[in-house]
Amino acid sequence: MTLTTTSFDWVRQLVHRESAIVLAPGKEYLVEARLLPVARKMGLTDVGQLVDTVRSRPRPDDTRQIVEALTTNETSWFRDGDPFTALTSTVLPSLLTARGPAERLQIWSAACSSGQEAYTVAMLLEDALPNAASRVAITATDISREMVERTQAGRFSQLEVNRGLPAPMLVRHFQRAGNEWEVAPALRRMVTARECNLAAPLPRMGPFDVVYLRNVLIYFDLPTKQAILRRVRELMRPDGWLFLGAAETTLGVDDSWSRVVIGRSSAYRPLKGA
Amino acid sequence: MRALVIDDSRAMRRIVTGILGGLGYETRQAGHGQEALDVLHEGWVPDLCTIDWNMPVMDGLQFVNAVRANPAWRPVTLVMVTSESEQSQIVRALAAGAHEYVIKPFTADALRDKLALLGLLPQEAVL
Repeated sequence: MTLTTTSFDWVRQLVHRESAIVLAPGKEYLVEARLLPVARKMGLTDVGQLVDTVRSRPRPDDTRQIVEALTTNETSWFRDGDPFTALTSTVLPSLLTARGPAERLQIWSAACSSGQEAYTVAMLLEDALPNAASRVAITATDISREMVERTQAGRFSQLEVNRGLPAPMLVRHFQRAGNEWEVAPALRRMVTARECNLAAPLPRMGPFDVVYLRNVLIYFDLPTKQAILRRVRELMRPDGWLFLGAAETTLGVDDSWSRVVIGRSSAYRPLKGA
Repeated sequence: MRALVIDDSRAMRRIVTGILGGLGYETRQAGHGQEALDVLHEGWVPDLCTIDWNMPVMDGLQFVNAVRANPAWRPVTLVMVTSESEQSQIVRALAAGAHEYVIKPFTADALRDKLALLGLLPQEAVL
């Protein structure tokens, strides 16, 4: 069944209100594809029925499931590898010089989905730094409670570990656990996952030395992008590093950042006095 | 770029050949390790071999060992594509000289991700 305009608009408004993410007209297929599993889980046959049911009797748990289904994205290890190369080649050496030996580096993986980005960073640091677990803290956040729980558990299916995780890193940093793979305890100790809606006032966290905020801003309108960048900057150290997705930039959005080219990647750093 | 797809399942060879062909690879197929070695000896040396583990005549691990024993074939990238999913098997394959390991079942994206890691995506396939 094709989604009616009324149902689609209701979903759009709900998602915008709860997450500030804009579902443009034409994204009906996305709503259908993402919400069909939610409908079936609730014993309903299609997305139209799901919308009708939740509209007539809104329950926080149901609306949360709808928002989560539409704000969760597929992710893979070493996704667009350049920002990770930049971390080990440039950012980490610079931070180790700037910080004292007792200072713990704080890294934020924002909109972490099921945790692949956070654990990719953890693996790189574990390989690059002796006693990484005691020198680095990685905070992974997502709007979805389910994704936060999955990240904290650090367990991944066979299909997930197939997606861009180099085999030598798989055998070095994971253990088989039944049909799944579990990250090594040292990596899990490094990562703390928590719920966080980037479009709302942020919880007290940080201050962060490095922030990965990749492929997130593209979903928001300009005022929300500006608000997110401002809040993120407030949680960063003045000499911190921000990585955005390859198709994202602060240019034309928020002029309080300077862009630094690192190899094939770009990082953004807070401008002094901005 | 050239790829040799080694698997005793004709259906699997067709799937992998289809994915690699779509990425711009020129492909050939072999039903087991010895047949694949024959292709290399014939002078058709590929950039990439995708290798099943359990095959008749010569299995995938024996093939990896045979390729690694010949210095002339050092540039060939070896990727295991197999349903063997035990951690110890992955370690064995990597120690023998395989570069990467894809566990069946897999998606086209998974194979493509691995090739990207290895720098083996033909330029025109990079989006």
